[in-house]
Amino acid sequence: MKSAVIVFPASNCDRDAATALEQMTGKAAHMVWHQDSELPDVDLVVLPGGFSYGDYLRCGAMASQSAVMRAVRAHADKGGAVLGICNGFQVLTETHLLPGALMRNAGLKFVCRPVSLEVDETQSAFTRKYSKGEQVSFPVAHGEGNYYADDETLNRIEGEGRVVFRYAAGDNPNGSARNIAGILNEKRNVLGLMPHPERVVDPLLGGTDGRKMFESLIETLS
Amino acid sequence: MTAITPALVKEHGLSEDEYARILQLMNREPTLVELGIFSVMWSEHCSYKSTRVHLAKLPTKASWVIQGPGENAGVIDIGDGDACIFKMESHNHPSFIEPYQGAATGVGGIMRDVFTMGARPIAMMNALRFGEPSHPKTRHLVSGVVSGIGGYGNCMGVPTVGGEVNFHKSYNGNILVNAMCVGLAKANKIFLSAAKGAGNPVVYVGSKTGRDGIHGATMASAEFDDASEEKRPTVQVGDPFTEKLLLEACLELMATDAIIAIQDMGAAGLTSSSAEMGDKGGSGIELDLDKVPQREANMTAYEMMLSESQERMLAVLKPGREAEAERIFRKWELDFAVIGITTDTKRLVVKHKGRMEADMPITALSDEAPKYSRPYAEQPVAVGFENAPSLPKRDILKSLKQIMGSPDMCSRRWVWEQYDTSVMADTVQHPGGDAAVVRVHGTKKGLAITTDVTPRYCLANPFEGAKQAVAEAWRNITAVGARPLAVTDNLNYGNPQKPEIMAQIVRSIDGIGEACRALDFPVIGGNCSLYNETNGEGILPTPAIGGVGLMQDVARMATVAFRRVGDAVLLIGDTRGHLGQSIYLREIEGREEGAAPPVHLPSEKRNGDFVRKLIEGGRVTTVHDVSDGGLLVALAEMALAGDVGVDVGVAGTTVETVPFFFGEDQARYVVAASAEEIDKIEGELRTANIVHAIIGKTIASKVVRVEREGEIALSELRAAHEGWFPRFMSEELPLTN
Repeated sequence: MKSAVIVFPASNCDRDAATALEQMTGKAAHMVWHQDSELPDVDLVVLPGGFSYGDYLRCGAMASQSAVMRAVRAHADKGGAVLGICNGFQVLTETHLLPGALMRNAGLKFVCRPVSLEVDETQSAFTRKYSKGEQVSFPVAHGEGNYYADDETLNRIEGEGRVVFRYAAGDNPNGSARNIAGILNEKRNVLGLMPHPERVVDPLLGGTDGRKMFESLIETLS
Repeated sequence: MTAITPALVKEHGLSEDEYARILQLMNREPTLVELGIFSVMWSEHCSYKSTRVHLAKLPTKASWVIQGPGENAGVIDIGDGDACIFKMESHNHPSFIEPYQGAATGVGGIMRDVFTMGARPIAMMNALRFGEPSHPKTRHLVSGVVSGIGGYGNCMGVPTVGGEVNFHKSYNGNILVNAMCVGLAKANKIFLSAAKGAGNPVVYVGSKTGRDGIHGATMASAEFDDASEEKRPTVQVGDPFTEKLLLEACLELMATDAIIAIQDMGAAGLTSSSAEMGDKGGSGIELDLDKVPQREANMTAYEMMLSESQERMLAVLKPGREAEAERIFRKWELDFAVIGITTDTKRLVVKHKGRMEADMPITALSDEAPKYSRPYAEQPVAVGFENAPSLPKRDILKSLKQIMGSPDMCSRRWVWEQYDTSVMADTVQHPGGDAAVVRVHGTKKGLAITTDVTPRYCLANPFEGAKQAVAEAWRNITAVGARPLAVTDNLNYGNPQKPEIMAQIVRSIDGIGEACRALDFPVIGGNCSLYNETNGEGILPTPAIGGVGLMQDVARMATVAFRRVGDAVLLIGDTRGHLGQSIYLREIEGREEGAAPPVHLPSEKRNGDFVRKLIEGGRVTTVHDVSDGGLLVALAEMALAGDVGVDVGVAGTTVETVPFFFGEDQARYVVAASAEEIDKIEGELRTANIVHAIIGKTIASKVVRVEREGEIALSELRAAHEGWFPRFMSEELPLTN
């Protein structure tokens, strides 16, 4: 599997994503600058966590207008895999590659801690190695991860099996509607989630629950 | 030209004697800009005029020290061509006036100190001290400072991995915000601030200069009074987004060989950066302020030279490399301007709109700055409650619960969950343990980081209290299995012109020096914050010690958590039952009294070296140092961290229960391992002549059980321990203690 990590000004999990990808695939990821209008030939594009453009205007709003996002959209349109983590998820909703929006956390504070997630959907390139209903622990680290969409949208994405990760009951860190932590697009090749799978691929860092996501991608895309 | 009147001199915080000295050094009346420059450069904040004489006594050398005090930060060798760069600095005065921005820019400032030397910041710590919880401002200040630290550090993508939070009424009018940054660089790629050579371009990079923070350094060198709120405009406003770009751009430029010298514009902005670079390089600097990128119209030379706008750096490049550097900064969408040139005159020359605004010898701002041996009057040290004093009989488990749920001893989860602790994917020990540990990226090595000081000990006995701060930092690093390498000190006190305060400063520095020498733990940098007084009331003397240590294999790291049922629990070190200045005495008996616990440095070294060897050898992974609150608090923390119960007794000592379990004797560790392993360790302790006792074992029942005293459920302790902070911050607790 060949992969690229997009670097926006003030992306700050770009290195973490690249490190995890290299560890899992044995290949270095391409680092792609936000002003580049073309992507290298890759199977997976990762939009990493961080504070792209300082979160000015709205989280992800400025990044959604950058040159590279046109290329990312084209990659997605062709069926290429896109993984947006944390700020990357925010960029994906701002780009309308995913429905809904991420609002300020219900508690109004930044929150960083491990959370329990339930894998709700395993029919995807990102989650096929998990089992349905499996509980995993990923850390979250965000101030604006409160997922919102209107009821019609929520019903639709639930009905279409596009809610991939949910916060376990009682462990919703941000007030997200229906405990939603991560969702797919209609074509199921774009995933956005607030928790950080790339921070849990190394046993010394508090778990390896994120590995199966990368293993799923490798199996699907290689 | 503005006439320099005595009133104007006074407004600039300069004494009559100091002004007389300026006239002598200049041989003429200074211009207003020159007066402003003297004012900041001779401020306590920039010149260390009250402490330099004493700081010179600190040990600063070791074979692994690459750079000691005097640069932006200290540097140590951590092997394999890697260097660790770190420093701690205060942002106390601004944080009290405007907590969010004060704390945020404190974080930004210390990060720049570290990356200006070529390091990528990899961890942040902070030592915070607030007034008593019942003070009407405390909650607002805690909330603002914590979100300011998080707001800046999280955006930078540098994990904030720990620190301290304490409450005491002496900080009601002067909170302390001490931030520490640890970075990683290549040992052969360290950047210094000496602007050597003449005819080299002086370049300005980063944000534009505005009117914020003018006279911040002078403000930070004076006491507060009731009108301090009016000083809000002297507080800078931070923009972590720009700083993140500045960090990446600087590291990109540093990968070339275009830089001769580089320095961040911190306190006193353009003035101190240019003066210090010229001074260290033995050169002169000529600035043309017309070229300075400006945020606001019609800024005067005075404003530009004294602005403390954030996220700016000054660099001296090799001639001809300007275009290459400019390309990098433009890529990161930052301002870049050549604003001057180095000269061989050893003078700082400032021109603006065709006018000569300043022309002064640089040595007048550095070597010739005032240096005072202020008079000091030592106060008698506090005594009492030393060797297992008898106190009223009370239920010790109830006391334990009360202490675990007290403002100073409860869990700080509410604080650290607002910090990104795991970004950079190298945090192997999170907040809540003895020391934080971050892995050296791409290796098995780890850096252990801690900040420590117990101010109430320092008030009772400035010398022993300062020794204790160093010893505790050393012990915390040891307890995770790392070898302590060096410290940065952040000395916070009241008004040094009061002989009793000056005595605290002098004796603390003596104590730090003695402990650092004995423990081979040199001081490689630091910061002083004086005049932490409001309406004449000073803070507790607070010499915060930031320590860094190295472990070779993070897989062997120890944590405080009990790991399994059936382990034997061993106490290493001597328990005499010292209750003077203890948490028990304060929280349970309501008495802030007695002697500070004495620190026997040879025992610290012997006991600590023994424990570290056990961890390095892979023989134990559960270790906790015994500090604030004493033995039973340490045991309860270990039980809560692992969710494993423990059953302990006094192990046949003659010390009474309360002093045994709550005494704050130093040089002690609790270790847990299988009974067979502990048996072997005991034999080695006997041979090494180290005082120790097996005090109990871990048990299946989730309780803390004390022989002849009963037991308390971990769930009950946890509720008390985790409960106070969120309840206090959500205003569920009344504002009375």
